[in-house]
Amino acid sequence: MKRVQFSSPFLPYLFLAPQMAIIFVFFYWPSIQAIQSSFYLEDPFGFGSTFVGLSNYSDALGSVQYQSIARFTVVFTALVTFLSLGIGMLLAVKADAVLKGSSTYKTLLIWVYAIAPPVAGLMGMMFFDQHIGPLVKFAALFGWDMKVGLNYNDTAIAMIIVSVWKQIPYNFIFILSGLQSIPASVREAATIDCRSGFRRFWTMTLPLLAPTAFFLLIINMTYALFDTFGVIDVMVKDKAANNPITLVYKVYMDGFRGNDLGGSSAQSVILMIVVFVLTIFQFRFIERRVHYN
Amino acid sequence: MNRIRLFDHLVLMLGVFVMVAPVVVAFMTSTHDAADIHRNGLSLTWGGNFAETYNTVLTRKGGFTGEITGARMIWNSLILGVGFAAGKIVLSMLAAYAIVYFRFRLGTLFFWMIFTTLLLPLEVRIVPSYEVMNKLSLTNTYTGLIVPLLASATGTFFFRQFFKSVPEELLEAARIDGAGPFKFFIDVLVPLSRTMIAAIFIIMFVYGWNQYLWPTLMTTDERFFTLVRGIKQILLVWVGSNIPDYNEAFALAILAMLPPVMIVLIFQRWFIKGLTESDK
Repeated sequence: MKRVQFSSPFLPYLFLAPQMAIIFVFFYWPSIQAIQSSFYLEDPFGFGSTFVGLSNYSDALGSVQYQSIARFTVVFTALVTFLSLGIGMLLAVKADAVLKGSSTYKTLLIWVYAIAPPVAGLMGMMFFDQHIGPLVKFAALFGWDMKVGLNYNDTAIAMIIVSVWKQIPYNFIFILSGLQSIPASVREAATIDCRSGFRRFWTMTLPLLAPTAFFLLIINMTYALFDTFGVIDVMVKDKAANNPITLVYKVYMDGFRGNDLGGSSAQSVILMIVVFVLTIFQFRFIERRVHYN
Repeated sequence: MNRIRLFDHLVLMLGVFVMVAPVVVAFMTSTHDAADIHRNGLSLTWGGNFAETYNTVLTRKGGFTGEITGARMIWNSLILGVGFAAGKIVLSMLAAYAIVYFRFRLGTLFFWMIFTTLLLPLEVRIVPSYEVMNKLSLTNTYTGLIVPLLASATGTFFFRQFFKSVPEELLEAARIDGAGPFKFFIDVLVPLSRTMIAAIFIIMFVYGWNQYLWPTLMTTDERFFTLVRGIKQILLVWVGSNIPDYNEAFALAILAMLPPVMIVLIFQRWFIKGLTESDK
């Protein structure tokens, strides 16, 4: 906060009013409603609702289908996070290392960031198309008969590839700007002390990148959990039955296709708790182990 | 040393190939006609059908009601992108100004209330949000499309961070010169924030243009479809048709990515600044 400030009885409230009004109507009201309706069973014909306690939660958590979707979500999130962070970091380290053409590589590598997830999904659908998809033909060279949209595992792999592809530029941008903020003196000292580039990466670069990397870890997990909705929605084309979906997609399916308001709200609240824990984890646990310069 | 450089370049070129090739193929394929694509698959060469395909996509009335054209969807996407970005900047600058430059009792409480919105993304509260919009009868309106998306704190934090880095002396000097809160905001802070505003605008425009889930829920009336939201409809039309219009689907995908990609490329420096400084 500033040492010198204005003091006025009503002006700050006036300036805050628009933001607060929108947050109240579109954030707090729906969030409270989600929590509230997760304890009720809505009549399918719209005749009121009955209080059912925690049974929406136990129904959701106890169902075999929910558990398998939760398992897939964990695997999907882990793979998307790991792969996009790993590839992004590899490319950033290389772009930082080369002297010539660094900015050209940078330009060419970042712009995919601007492509919307469902648009990436649409392109993925065509690259994995049964008739015309080059990636399906490529897989066939190895005797792999890919059936994206029909085979559970094949669809999952295609979804992961598209989601990772879309997220690489984001990681690339952050890691590259993190790398470029390492002072030249530190680099030079490290180069004198240690000839092996690989070891320099592990003992100097990576620890200095740790804050960026941990920030990206959380961001990538949120991306995989929520922002991939567009990719999934386009790639499963409403036929979720035999296809892999994530927990967010199930909230959407149950709420809008299945009209199960209570069940969907309970799942929303479960997800809220997951996000909440992730964020607390980010603030409390992870930040303590990170070196800051 | 040279051998290692070569290896670095090889890795980077492979990376560039993986990132760029799909889009190039998508664009080139969109210039072929549908039967050609059906026979020969995706293509890396110019098909010569460019004008025809893009003209159809932009001007032919389609959809279930037969009222929506590609051009209309682009217009709606622009409204969403620009409206969202502008709204975000105005709201968050005002809120950040109040939080940083005023001493008032509920300041800390408001700060935490705004902060909390970062914890729960829209995706986890879609059903109740939809219910609220229904109650307010805001479905199928531009207001309903844009305003609820503004209910998050990202921009506020960005400007709060920036205002805190503005030297104290500026306010002291301004107060000695007799400037009140409004004058200081408009004549000192806004001009100082110009690059910040540009950076945030780019990030937010791309974010708004690329919205998918919320427009999908809010707009059932095709006249309000954005380009990104319309993508799903395109795919649904495919199911059951003999020769799907691959060329048109690719053309729409290209149109949907063109404005945000152009903005990111042209304003690359501001874009990176906005991105790396706003999300932390």
